[in-house]
Amino acid sequence: MKYGIIVFPGTWSDGDCHYALGSILGRDVAYIWHKDVDLRGYDCLILPGGFSYGDYLRPGAIARFSPVMAEVERFAANGGLVFGICNGFQILCEAGLLPGVLLRNSHLQYRCQWVNLRVENTDTPFTSKCRKGQVLRIPISHYEGCYFADADTLAELEANNQVVFRYGTPGGEITEQANPNGALHNIAGIINKRGNVLGMMPHPERACEPLLGGRDGNLLWPV
Amino acid sequence: MPVSQEILDEVALSRAEYNLIVERLGREPTPVELGMFGSLWSEHCGYKHSKLLLKMFPSTSPHLLTGVGQENAGAVDIGDGLAVVMKMESHNHPSAIEPYEGAATGVGGIVRDIFTMGARPIALMNSLRFGPLSDAHNRYLFGGVVGGIAGYGNCLGIPDVGGEIYFDQVYSQNPLVNALCLGLIESKWLTSARASGQGNLLMLVGADTGRDGLHGASGLASRTFEEQKELRSAVQVGNPFLEKLLIEACLELVQHDWIVGLQDLGAAGLTSASVESAARGGSGMEVDVLKVPRREQGMTPYEVMISESQERMLVIVKKGCENKVKALFERWDLRCDIIGQVTADGMARVREGDSVVAEIPVKLLSDPPLYRLPASKPAWLRDVQSLDLAALPDLAPAQTGPALLRMLVSPNIASKKYVYRQYDHQVQNNTVVSPGSDAAVLRIKGTTKAISLTTDGNGRYCYLDPYAGGAIAVAEAARNLACSGAQPLAITDCLNFGNPEKSDVYYQLKECIRGMAHACRVLRVPVISGNVSLYNETRGQAVYPTPVVGMLGLMEDVTWHCTAAFQQLGDLVYLLGPCDVAGLAGSEYLALEHGLVKGRPAIDLALEKRVQRACLAFIHERLLHSAHDCSDGGLAVALAESAIMGGLGFKGWLPAYGRLDSALFGELQSRIVVTLPPRNLPQFERIAARHKVLLTRLGRVGGNRFAIEGCLDLPLDEVSDAWRSGLERALGG
Repeated sequence: MKYGIIVFPGTWSDGDCHYALGSILGRDVAYIWHKDVDLRGYDCLILPGGFSYGDYLRPGAIARFSPVMAEVERFAANGGLVFGICNGFQILCEAGLLPGVLLRNSHLQYRCQWVNLRVENTDTPFTSKCRKGQVLRIPISHYEGCYFADADTLAELEANNQVVFRYGTPGGEITEQANPNGALHNIAGIINKRGNVLGMMPHPERACEPLLGGRDGNLLWPV
Repeated sequence: MPVSQEILDEVALSRAEYNLIVERLGREPTPVELGMFGSLWSEHCGYKHSKLLLKMFPSTSPHLLTGVGQENAGAVDIGDGLAVVMKMESHNHPSAIEPYEGAATGVGGIVRDIFTMGARPIALMNSLRFGPLSDAHNRYLFGGVVGGIAGYGNCLGIPDVGGEIYFDQVYSQNPLVNALCLGLIESKWLTSARASGQGNLLMLVGADTGRDGLHGASGLASRTFEEQKELRSAVQVGNPFLEKLLIEACLELVQHDWIVGLQDLGAAGLTSASVESAARGGSGMEVDVLKVPRREQGMTPYEVMISESQERMLVIVKKGCENKVKALFERWDLRCDIIGQVTADGMARVREGDSVVAEIPVKLLSDPPLYRLPASKPAWLRDVQSLDLAALPDLAPAQTGPALLRMLVSPNIASKKYVYRQYDHQVQNNTVVSPGSDAAVLRIKGTTKAISLTTDGNGRYCYLDPYAGGAIAVAEAARNLACSGAQPLAITDCLNFGNPEKSDVYYQLKECIRGMAHACRVLRVPVISGNVSLYNETRGQAVYPTPVVGMLGLMEDVTWHCTAAFQQLGDLVYLLGPCDVAGLAGSEYLALEHGLVKGRPAIDLALEKRVQRACLAFIHERLLHSAHDCSDGGLAVALAESAIMGGLGFKGWLPAYGRLDSALFGELQSRIVVTLPPRNLPQFERIAARHKVLLTRLGRVGGNRFAIEGCLDLPLDEVSDAWRSGLERALGG
């Protein structure tokens, strides 16, 4: 599988994704500049974290108009795998590839810390190596990670099993206290109906080796 | 025509300095020229009151690549063809006026100093001082500064790996905001901020130039200020997104041979950037202000030359390469204009189209007068140094538990997690030890190595004894690195003091530097960069003399890294270093419990060196499970912090008898609390004996209580809750 990491102006997790995939896991990975529109040869596109366009206006609101995004939409429509992490998740929501929005954290502060994620759906290309209910330790680092959608959308997400990760306790309980940003239903990551576009706020590329505190993130890159 | 006092005040030059300018120039300066002199001869750019003292610092080392004052930051070799670039800088005055933007642009400025050298910024740290949080204005400053650091730093994708925060009344109107940045570079790409080669072009990249930050260098950073509102326009507004683009574009640029130099625009804007780079290159330079893109209309040449608009870089481009450079920046959507050229006549010439508005020898601008001021030992020093313990009631055993909880919950001791969880401290995938331990540890990818980073500086000690306080700042920073397993390599410093024209402040400055320099020599760490912030006074009241030491250490093997947290049930707990009950002088305990800032702190540097060497030897032999510097709050607090961080209890006893308050909370220097599994004991004792360092067994790790025989026995949860919640409680959260 060939992975392409899309770099927008202001992206900063591109290097970490490249490190986790290339240096740690030995996968075939390359950068794609946002002005380049040729996505041939890639199997999985990664929209990494950062502050694309400084998060000005709203996170992801400007990046979604980058030249590459029309191609990303086409790529997804053709069934290609698209993985949005943090700012990438925000961009996918702004672009309409995923439902809902990411609001400012309910406590109105940036948060960088390790969280526990309960895997809710293992029937996706991103979580097929996980057990249902497995708890992953992965860091978050964001200001706007509070997932919000209207009641109908939420009900639909739940009914279709589109919620892939929820914030929980180390034991896998879903509690208000374990929710680091006020996300509805403790949602940390969702997938589209078709099952090929995933967005999550936590950073799996940071949980790539024990020296940095854990390697649970390595489970999530599709093969 | 004699120049008016009003005009001289505006550019912060004295009448004598003005006369000197006229004498050396052979004529009266034009208004633009006067503004350029004011900026470059300011304390902030010219170090006119401190430069002669700073020469006391040892500045050489076998690892040194770029020393003090040569470039925008210092650089040291760490082997494997790699270098670390480091600098710390203050942004105290802007942060006092507008805390969010002041702190944010402080981060922006220090980051530019690093990538100007061609290095990728890989870590940020901050050393902060505020007045007590019980005051609403101090809470506003605290929230703004932390928010500004987070807002700017997080956007850049540079991990902020901690630092330190203290609160004291003396910083109430005058917070200290010192930002440190560290960069990594393949040594061969180290880039100079040099303008040389006649005909080479000066290109200005990044933000348009506006009226923001006029007189930042001469006004804000070089004078005391009473009426803050007047100077609000002297604070700049940051655009971290633009800075991020500049980082990436410039790091790409330095890998081509299209340029001769790269210089950021900081204090005194285009004036200092162009003049200083010409001075380094031994050249002259010419700038046409009409070519400088503006963000507002009607700006005078004077305003263009001293504007401190942020996120601008000056690139000295080889003639003929300008189109390639332009294309590179355009790929990043960055504006880039040719604004002038390097000349061979040694003059700094500013044009407005066809007319010359300033023409001064570069050497004259970059050679401010240096002053050695009268220093006299303050009469009040003797009084504050005398501490009569007999007049203070000791703690009764039953009072020690509540006293420990009060110490742990106090903002100076309590966990700073509330702050650093707002900073991205992980991005770039190098952070091995996160903020909260004695030092942060970052691995160096592609090698087995790691670097360790800490900041230290106790203003209270320096107030009580500037010489000892200065020495302790250096010693404690090195001790923090030793606790993490790293050998000290280099120092960057920020010297935050009051008005040096007062003889007692100048005495403090001189003695602090002397003490720091002595400790640097004993511990063999050179100072490779730094900054001086004087005039930290409000209504005649100076802050404590507060030198902040940022220290870099190197670990050959990253797997050595050690933290303060207890690791394992049943481990033995030992005190490494002197075992004495003295040490209440200048302690947090005296200040918090008795409202006293008294006594005379002291340090034995020879002993300090032995303790640090022993600690490093233990860690390199992999004997320890944890090591924690015994500093603010003394032994009881050090033990409690290790227990809390490890989530494991402690049961033990006091190493010495005498006064309980002093034994528990005294801040005697050169002590480290370590833990080890019992099987390592024989080797541990052998190494300690070899280094002639005293070991005292304190107890064992384990259980869910924090207990010291004969005085306190508390549930670990209660101890932990006090320490973890202290800062938020003080903020009213």
